[in-house]
Amino acid sequence: MFSPVILIPAILNGLMTGAVYALVALGLTLIYGVLHIINFAHGALLSAAMFAAFFAFHLFGIDPYVATFLIAPLFFAFGYGLQRLAIDPASHGDDRNMLLVTLGLAIVIENVLLYAFRADTRTIDLPYAFDTINVGFTFLAIPRVIGFAAVFVVAILLWAIMNMTDTGKAIRAVAREKLGAELSGIDVAHIYAMTFGLGTACVAIAACLLMPSFYVNPTVGDAFVLVAFTIVVLGGMGSVPGALIGGLVVGVVESLSGLFLGDSLGQIGIFLVFIVVLLVRPTGLFGAKA
Amino acid sequence: MKGFGTIVLVIAVLAAVPLVVHSNSALNFLVIMLLTALAGQGWNILGGYGGQYSFGHAAFFGTGAYVTAILQVRYGVNAWPGFALGTAAGALVGAVIGALTFRAGLRGSYFALVTLAFAEVLRILASVAPITGAGVGTLVKLDLHASALQFESRAAFYWVILALVAASLVIAHAIERSRFGAWLIAVRENEDAARALGVDAFKVKLGAMTISAAITAAAGCFYVQYFLFVDSGIAYGTRMSIEALLTPIIGGAGTVFGPLVGALVVKALGEGATFVAGDAPGLNLIVYGCVLVLVIAFAPRGLIGLFSWRRAPAGKREAAHG
Repeated sequence: MFSPVILIPAILNGLMTGAVYALVALGLTLIYGVLHIINFAHGALLSAAMFAAFFAFHLFGIDPYVATFLIAPLFFAFGYGLQRLAIDPASHGDDRNMLLVTLGLAIVIENVLLYAFRADTRTIDLPYAFDTINVGFTFLAIPRVIGFAAVFVVAILLWAIMNMTDTGKAIRAVAREKLGAELSGIDVAHIYAMTFGLGTACVAIAACLLMPSFYVNPTVGDAFVLVAFTIVVLGGMGSVPGALIGGLVVGVVESLSGLFLGDSLGQIGIFLVFIVVLLVRPTGLFGAKA
Repeated sequence: MKGFGTIVLVIAVLAAVPLVVHSNSALNFLVIMLLTALAGQGWNILGGYGGQYSFGHAAFFGTGAYVTAILQVRYGVNAWPGFALGTAAGALVGAVIGALTFRAGLRGSYFALVTLAFAEVLRILASVAPITGAGVGTLVKLDLHASALQFESRAAFYWVILALVAASLVIAHAIERSRFGAWLIAVRENEDAARALGVDAFKVKLGAMTISAAITAAAGCFYVQYFLFVDSGIAYGTRMSIEALLTPIIGGAGTVFGPLVGALVVKALGEGATFVAGDAPGLNLIVYGCVLVLVIAFAPRGLIGLFSWRRAPAGKREAAHG
C-alpha cells in the first residue's frame, strides 16, 4: 500500500520521536521502580519545564540545548523538594494517598501555568529548527537527531549513576527491599526524594530537547505522559531498558498508525496497545513477575 | 435506622431551599453542586467503599450523557426512557471495563491508569465518530415540558437532581448496611485476606463498579437535560474524572454523605476564588488541587472524618507503613 520511500522515513521519524518519549518514560519508570507509585504530576512537570525552556530563550536568549544544564538541576531540586516537603508528609506512607497527592499536584501545577500564561500556544524560533541532514534516501530534522543522541547520553549517565555511585546503590537497595535498606542505615525519605528528583530531571531534559521543534502550552505535557504511561507499562514498570525500547516501539507505532489511520486516530493505536498490554500482560514485556 | 433518618432530614432541608431562595444563579450553583455530588457518589461506591481508585469515571458520565442525547436527537426517543437507557448504558460500560480489568487482576496504580486510558479512548472516539456529532458535539432540542424532562423553572430541575442525589444516598446507605457492603469493605482493607475468608473479590468489585458507573452515568444524563449540549471534552474529559474523585475524597471517602459535603465545599471554594480573584482560567482548579492535597495531609478521612465521633480503625496507620 505504501512504498518504502514513505515507510522508511516514517519509521525513522517514529524512532526519533520515540527517543524523547523514552526519556519521559524513563523518569516515570524510575519513580515507579522505587516508590511504587505512578507519578501523575509527571505531565504537569513536563509542561512546567517546557515553559522554563521557553522563557530561558525568550527572556535571556539561552538556547534550549544550553538551558538543559540549568533547567535539569533546577528541576532536580524542585522534584526533590516536592517529594520531601509535599508528597511524603501529605500521604502518610499510604500508596493510594500518594497517588492522589501527585494528582493534586498535577492539577495545581497545570492550572498555575494556565493562570499565569493562559492557554496560548507558544513556540520559539531557532535558526537551525528546520535544518535537515541528508542521509541518502531521506532527510532528517536536526533537532530530532540531536534529541535522539541526547537521550542515549542521558540513559548512559543514568546507568552510571545507578551502578557507580553510592546514591545509586542506595536507590537500588530501597527499590529491592525498603525495610532492609532502612535497617542498614539508608535514609529512605532522602532516597525517595533523590529518585523523584532524578525522575523530574529526566523530564526537564526531555522538555529542553522538545522545545526547539515543539510548541508549549499548559496542557502539552498530558499528551506525552499518557504516551509515557503506555511505554512504561509496555516495557514493564520500573524497568529502564524496558522504557528505552518501549519508547522507540511506541514512537514507531504512533508514526505508522498516524500514517495509516490519520492523526487523531493515530493516538488510539497507542491507547489500544496500552490497554491490551495491561489486560494481557500487566508486568510488561521486560518486567519481572510481580 | 439512624443513618436513614439523617438522609431524610438532609433531603427535606435541601428540598425546602427553592421555597426560600429564588435567585436563578444561586439555584444554578446548587444544581451543579448536586450534579457533582451525584457523580462523586458513583465514584464513592467503588473508590470509597471498595478502595478501587478510578481516574476515569468520565467514561460513565460521558456515556450517560451521549446516550441520552443521541437517543433523543437521532432516534426520537423520549427523554425519560432516554435517561433510563443512558444510565443503563453507563452501567454496561462499567461492567465491561470492570470485567476486563478485574479479570486481569489490576489493582492500585494499574487500575487508576487503565480507567484513565478507557476514558481517553472514548474521548478520542467521540471526537471523530459521526454519531456523536464529532468535534461539533450534540445539541438537544429545547422543549420545556416535563414530558421531555426539561423544565422552565430552575427549581424543578433542582428537585429532579435532588431526587437523584437522595436515591444515591439511599443506595450508599443500603450498601453500607448490607452483606455486599461488608464484603466490599473487606476487599478494600485487604483483598487477599478477604479472598482467604471466601469473599469472591472479583464479583464484589464488578458489582460495585456497575452500580458506581450507573450512578455517575445518571449524572451525565442529567447534565444533558440541563445544559442541552454535550461534546467529547465535556463528556469524557479528565475534568469530570477529577471532580468525581475529588468530592468524595475531600468530603470523606466511604461515607454516605462524603460526596455531598465534598461537592458543597469544593464548589463553594471555587465560587469564592472566582469572586475574590475574578474569572480567570484555571483558578478554581488550583483551589481544588490545593484542597485535595491539604485534605489528604491533614484530614485523611475527609472533612466528615474531622467531625466524626468514631475513632480511626486501630493500627491502620501502622499497617500502611509495613
